[in-house]
Amino acid sequence: MKDLPTSLFPALLVGLPVLFATLSLFFRTRGKALVGLTGCLLTAGLSLIAFVEVTQRGTVIHILGGWEPPLGILLRMDSLAAVFIGMTALVGVFISLYAWRYFRAQEAATGGFPLFWPLWLFLWAGLNGLFLSNDLFNLFVTIEVIGICAVALAVLSGKSGALFAGLRYLLAAITGSMAYLFGVALLYGSTGTLDLGLLGQVLEPGTTTTFALLVITLGLMIKMAGFPFHFWLPPAHSSALAPVSALLSALVVKGAFYILLRLWMEVFGVSLTYAAGQLIGLAGAVAVIWGSWQAFMQTSLKLIVAHSSVAQLGYLLMIFPLLILAPGVTAGSADWLSSAWTAGVYQVMSHAFAKASFFLSAGIIIMALGHDRIESLRDLVGHMRITALAIGIAGVSLIGLPPSGGFIAKWMLLKGIFLSGQWWWAPVVLGGSLLTAGYVFMLLRLAFAPAREKEPFRPVPKSLEVCALLLALGSFLIVLPADYLIQFLESSEIFGSGIESIVEGGADGND
Amino acid sequence: METYQIYSLTSAVLFVIGIGGVFASRHFIKKIIATIIMGGGVFLCFVSFAERDALSFADPVPHALVITGIVVAVASAAFALALARRIYQLTGEESFTNDK
Repeated sequence: MKDLPTSLFPALLVGLPVLFATLSLFFRTRGKALVGLTGCLLTAGLSLIAFVEVTQRGTVIHILGGWEPPLGILLRMDSLAAVFIGMTALVGVFISLYAWRYFRAQEAATGGFPLFWPLWLFLWAGLNGLFLSNDLFNLFVTIEVIGICAVALAVLSGKSGALFAGLRYLLAAITGSMAYLFGVALLYGSTGTLDLGLLGQVLEPGTTTTFALLVITLGLMIKMAGFPFHFWLPPAHSSALAPVSALLSALVVKGAFYILLRLWMEVFGVSLTYAAGQLIGLAGAVAVIWGSWQAFMQTSLKLIVAHSSVAQLGYLLMIFPLLILAPGVTAGSADWLSSAWTAGVYQVMSHAFAKASFFLSAGIIIMALGHDRIESLRDLVGHMRITALAIGIAGVSLIGLPPSGGFIAKWMLLKGIFLSGQWWWAPVVLGGSLLTAGYVFMLLRLAFAPAREKEPFRPVPKSLEVCALLLALGSFLIVLPADYLIQFLESSEIFGSGIESIVEGGADGND
Repeated sequence: METYQIYSLTSAVLFVIGIGGVFASRHFIKKIIATIIMGGGVFLCFVSFAERDALSFADPVPHALVITGIVVAVASAAFALALARRIYQLTGEESFTNDK
């Protein structure tokens, strides 16, 4: 690990947003927004430069302050981290531009929510830190930074509904991180190290390891709103301000998934069994069906979008049963591993773009109508053509129709499912898509239907609609560099790896 | 039974009490206290592992981690209390109800 090329970028990716967040605290309303937006643009630019650096030099590391691990902190940026950081930057920059215009337009009535900017920058620093972390404790600190910033952002509007949802979210987040930390304590107690790479080598199967796996998975499932711990997500995401909802569902929940993926594949290989993979896959499958069905039953736009997040996160959990091989199958002969990994990464990216666009569109509609009951979407096409187009495009990506990013994700997932012979997951993927099509087409039908009575559509800045549309288009454009991106990801050690089961049966109860 | 085993077992009991409390109780303050108890269990577990390999001195790493963990836990608890207080001021409610 220490002989990899060093680069300053990993440190800058965490340091720069923290610097601008702190700086913005010294300014008043307008200044805060200006400094905040500058910080966002610079961080996004830096992330993209760092991405290019990794494509050229391969995995880079940074040892903070020259203190080598185990005393110091080592940041590692491999291609998987680079892709997540690049995605955060692209989605983040559009949401930042939207937020700037959105808060400006409402400044007179609400004061412009200046605290959004430092909180969002701290959140961004936390996310970058999470993707770059290489030890268990550092991951704990970053998920805490992310959790507290996310809750603070969710309650920014100060309304009682948002506060209730925020407190519930915060309690779930604290419980999740304490369970995670308990697992970290057990792992440190049994191995004496926190480094992910080293843990993967020295960890031995046994009761302690299984218990640690159990509590860590429990904690991260609570944090990523995996079924049955999704209860906090719909109220928290739907009651937040529009740019915040977009951040929370596009980026924040992906952080916990990233840790779960890294830990399962890099650390816990020895104590994972085929049954554990099937069980977490089952949690994902139930989430897909239940979340889509709930979304279908809602009558307000933001609640539809929030419940659909539960379902789309379920797809992410469904790649785990494909990555944990049945007894007797070797990683070399399992030709579906690459498909499953591609499905996971593309699901994360297409959901981030499409869901951010969806929530931003919902914000525009609330701005125009004052509420988001879906009945009022009637004649949306006549009044706000761009927003209607954005909802349509993002919806198509969520359903997984070609040629969207969502299509690649679901296609690759199905390919992996059939190649691995685990056919029982296929109806879930197809059924989930069908239900998703149900609520997306329901929205589109209303958008094209003639209005029953004249409802006043207040004018909304065009730039807001353009931001939402660009994000929706982004969920399609990520398909273009697919070949290149997968080739790049394969340079990461973890991408395309699978876990070979040694013992048959055994551990269970991992959700 | 060795001393550190007593600590480890106590920590597991505290953790379970805490996690049960978080899910079972409805009152804001009870839930917050439950998370603090959970935290106490986790920190105790960390510290009990500091006495490893019969060293003559304690392993310093768990202590450093626990200090950081306590800071984080205090901050989260303070934030949760602030939210609970604000909800009480706005609505007069002090516990979660099913429809909220």
